[in-house]
Amino acid sequence: MAAGFKTAEPLEYHRSFLKENCRPDGRELGEFRPTTLNINSISTADGSALVKIGNTTVICGIKAELAVPPSEAQNKGYLVPNVDLPPLCSSRFRAGPPGEQAQAASQFIADVIESSDLINLEELCIEKAKLCWVLYCDIMCLDYDGNLLDACITVLLAALKTAQLPEVTINKETDLAEVDIEKKRRLKINRHPVGSSFAVFDDSIIIVDPTAEEESLSTALMTVVTDEEDRLCAVHKPGGTSLSGEKLQHCINRALTRNKEIRKLLDKVHESTKTMK
Amino acid sequence: MDATSRLCMRTEMELERSCPVLREYGSEQSLLSRPDGSSTFVQGDTSILAGVYGPAEVKVSKEIYDRATVEVLIQPKMGLPSVRERAREQCVRETCEAALLLTLHPRSSLTVILQVVHDDGSLLSCCLNAACMALMDAGLPMSRLFCSVTCAISKEGQIITDPTARQEKESRALLTFAIDSNERNVLMSSTTGSFSVQELQQCIAISQKASEQIFQFYRDSVKRRYSKMQ
Repeated sequence: MAAGFKTAEPLEYHRSFLKENCRPDGRELGEFRPTTLNINSISTADGSALVKIGNTTVICGIKAELAVPPSEAQNKGYLVPNVDLPPLCSSRFRAGPPGEQAQAASQFIADVIESSDLINLEELCIEKAKLCWVLYCDIMCLDYDGNLLDACITVLLAALKTAQLPEVTINKETDLAEVDIEKKRRLKINRHPVGSSFAVFDDSIIIVDPTAEEESLSTALMTVVTDEEDRLCAVHKPGGTSLSGEKLQHCINRALTRNKEIRKLLDKVHESTKTMK
Repeated sequence: MDATSRLCMRTEMELERSCPVLREYGSEQSLLSRPDGSSTFVQGDTSILAGVYGPAEVKVSKEIYDRATVEVLIQPKMGLPSVRERAREQCVRETCEAALLLTLHPRSSLTVILQVVHDDGSLLSCCLNAACMALMDAGLPMSRLFCSVTCAISKEGQIITDPTARQEKESRALLTFAIDSNERNVLMSSTTGSFSVQELQQCIAISQKASEQIFQFYRDSVKRRYSKMQ
């Protein structure tokens, strides 16, 4: 009976739960799905991580390459984030060139990296105007069940934290770069941005961490990115129904507590790998 | 077709009343003959040309059974649209979707084309304003109007509304909001740079205040246009 109701009237089905201040999967309105994190999942990458938020699974691999610094900022290296939504992760994505959602997500991640001042780009420069590191951050979704952006930000941060770059020196005589694979150093992470996504139901009810089904039935989506100093790095609401200032404040407060939860998770996972060695 | 245009001057009085200062802005509607609705919107030196086609036939793969499919295309001044344009398109599309009564035109398509004529800052705001003017010109049923304001926070913490490209470059954070005409709430928000919660609320309040001017401008230009027609 319940399954039939869900298929025939999905919106009514969700409404009947929201009326009782809970959701079909048993969560409260302000509750995230269990989040798990695994680091160094890809041994061949320079840094990698895998994050699961409920069923949503994203994996990120970081590949470091040597390149010539961009002409407009010769003392800086650069990052190239890319979000891939392959047909594997959901029936809504087709093979071929990236769709609007994947492109918008890539742009959003690039904006968050820039806004939050995640890593010192000067640190990636090896020799001014000659050689720098470029970090390709490839994020791939393996299972799409909503809340892609939060998962992407967390996985990127975790992967960058594990990334290790070999030492490079430039030989003065031959003018060639020499890479010392033995000596590796970690990247310095300046700030820890954490995203929290919200969905608005029936123009008024706000739920956090929407699943794919909730996303498609909701009237608006919003993502707030905060850092550890309680500053905002992004308030991204691409459209949908309008929200008042108070509602927005409510979302920001939830995002600030989420930031602490994720930071604790990151620290715990990184600690556990240290003790394993 | 008769066209409407009006310029709002930055007056001394506005400054005294501490109203949010916008650059000189203006608009013209129905200037293209082929689209169902068209407009230009000019904010200072930033200028956008918008055209709306629809409701028209939709590709089967994009058909939605209970409402119209909205497509937004942003054409840059030079070169092909990049990932940045895609992100802007998403913002404009979802804002239009929220304002339009799409269920009145099921299984049809609405296409909004925005051609960047010149970019001198606050581009996304100008795109949204031009889109709203073009949708009005096309006579599509809407539940509300929307307008957009960009705020830049300078390194000293000062908030500048409707910044130029140079002011954008020098700023610490850039916030663009779309405000709806019913309750003056935030329809769309897109930000870069980091800022405090207080600064965000301040920028929203300023944008809401500035939106009054733009909505009044919408009202005046529509009034002027239809009074001329009789």
